Amino acid sequence: MNIDLASDLASDLAPDLVRTFPFPFPQDIYRYSTNVERAGAAVETPAGQWGESVVHIDSEYAHELGERQAILGRDPSRMQVLPHMRASAWDAMLTIMQALALAHPEQMVLEREGEGETFLWTNRLLGIEQRFSYGDEDTLPDEPLTFIGAQVQEDIALLDQREGQLFVDAGLVTFAADWSFGFDVGMSFLEIHGPVPRVHQTGVIARAQKFLMRLQADAPHRRTNWSLTVGRRLDVSTETYPEWGPDRTRILTVDDDAFGAEVHLRVEVQHLVRLPESGSVMFLIRTYLLPLEAIAGIEPWRARLHAVLAELPEDMADYKGFIAYRDRAVQWLSARAPQEG
Amino acid sequence: MLQLVVTEITEASPQVRTLTLARPDRASLPSFTPGSHLVLECGPSVNAYSLLGDSRMPSAYTISVLKLGAGRGGSRWLHERSPGDMVTVRPPRSMFPPMQKARKHLLIAGGIGVTPILSHLRAAARWGHQTEVLYSHRPGHGTHLDELRQLAPESLRCFTRRSEFHAALQESLGRQPIGTHLYCCGPESFMDTVCRSAEEFGWPEGRIHTERFGADALDPGAPFEVVLRDSQRTVTVEPGRSLLEVLEETGISVPNLCRQGFCGECRIPVTAGTPLHRDHYLEDQEKAADDSLMCCVSRAQTDSLEVPL
Repeated sequence: MNIDLASDLASDLAPDLVRTFPFPFPQDIYRYSTNVERAGAAVETPAGQWGESVVHIDSEYAHELGERQAILGRDPSRMQVLPHMRASAWDAMLTIMQALALAHPEQMVLEREGEGETFLWTNRLLGIEQRFSYGDEDTLPDEPLTFIGAQVQEDIALLDQREGQLFVDAGLVTFAADWSFGFDVGMSFLEIHGPVPRVHQTGVIARAQKFLMRLQADAPHRRTNWSLTVGRRLDVSTETYPEWGPDRTRILTVDDDAFGAEVHLRVEVQHLVRLPESGSVMFLIRTYLLPLEAIAGIEPWRARLHAVLAELPEDMADYKGFIAYRDRAVQWLSARAPQEG
Repeated sequence: MLQLVVTEITEASPQVRTLTLARPDRASLPSFTPGSHLVLECGPSVNAYSLLGDSRMPSAYTISVLKLGAGRGGSRWLHERSPGDMVTVRPPRSMFPPMQKARKHLLIAGGIGVTPILSHLRAAARWGHQTEVLYSHRPGHGTHLDELRQLAPESLRCFTRRSEFHAALQESLGRQPIGTHLYCCGPESFMDTVCRSAEEFGWPEGRIHTERFGADALDPGAPFEVVLRDSQRTVTVEPGRSLLEVLEETGISVPNLCRQGFCGECRIPVTAGTPLHRDHYLEDQEKAADDSLMCCVSRAQTDSLEVPL
């Protein structure tokens, strides 16, 4: 990301990106936990609210979908469906269509034609009207996961449950934060979380997996995850590290205004959904980015983020990828504290 | 919670009735994983029944109910329903799903245990999965035979004699390709026999799946005492009664759903004594820890238990 561009960001930020930002910290100290809650309830924030629906469309819709298409064009490994996951991919598509129709009934409509296998899908935002026969790939312009992945801002990962474990066996993930879907596909849930510090000793991952294995179709849940990142780059996957890795030290050389415009709090809202027909677990991972300068505009957020970053243990800041500029971010946030008296 | 209306009742076999339940406005119902069950509030009791029909955005749910003389009367209550009656239903739960990675599905049903097998078979037919079906039933009591024949014309075999079923079971277990998954539903003793035979043939545990919804009720068990530490009371759980029922009578409400040891809702901590775990929810390790139990079905190995309630 180029510095001149970045300095314009705050003024260009659509108001809904602040209003619906899922600020992730309920307290001044952050540690990993099995932080799952029922999906669907709106969360009030000092700036607005988020979380009323499983899928969320905001003013970045067109931009992010364009970004996803470009990434897929460069690297098709971001979309993979292992052969046994075909039914899951269809299931995911239909489930997401239902979620979109529920959240945006004016723009999105799923109609079933009679009792049969034929459906009509309408997405007025993108001008799509698609009739398809469930389970028949020939009736869609793309594979079901690619088709629906081009219509939601969420990344999609599909987990197969077998032998008392979950395996990431399908997905369309273009906005991975420092991991690689192409590399991880086929791995177990435990393997994928292997590198995360602390989580194994505390049993967080094992508990999370256990929770997911008992998830029922009528009860989608959600959790948040977060990091800091430089720029509004959504694709910070391992594959593109050479492009964004150097930003982590370059950011130390910019002035304060550019620092606040470029450094973003990156929040993932993950919806965990048991797909009703295939029984697979679907992760919908929606990524939100808000620059520090916008966070500083909401005082409770500024104070909370300052406290969390200042206290965060080294190994966690390192794993989350911002150890190099953590202290600078703490200083920056501290300098924006309202003046006393 | 869904309020559904009984739209149709048919006699599936001499003692089995099939009920069709739909929304009053006939809007589609939540999709479900094949092998899922529906928990119904049946007058005085709460019972689980496997879903038979179409699993994708179905316009109705269908269940088949065997009339039982014993039990808490849920099946009798359902047999007394008529079209137009309303039933309160909890959304489908999945505990017996088809394994997506299976190379082949060997489906084995005993008696009324044919119900989840039917829904597995429907899904397998839709996705072109290879199946083989063995169905053992009493003469004249085969249920849903027409649908089974339609869904598995090549691979269905029905048995009315135990010896013939056993011979076919042995033959079938011995010949399946590696990667076949076995799904079995029927009375407890029937499932025990099938599982034991499969293990003798070297089937790994992870490829054997059972849906323990037999017609057999759990053993009534021996009486035991429970010290309710916080309430400073002691209650006795008589044979044939559950700790959950006794707690409810005492005025202590415990969240619960299936009341059959499947859903995990009614787990309570145990602070002294050794539980006799009879649920299908806790994992072996959790059972071995003996620090909690599912109070709907589990009892005590010791004369008394202490719980912090």
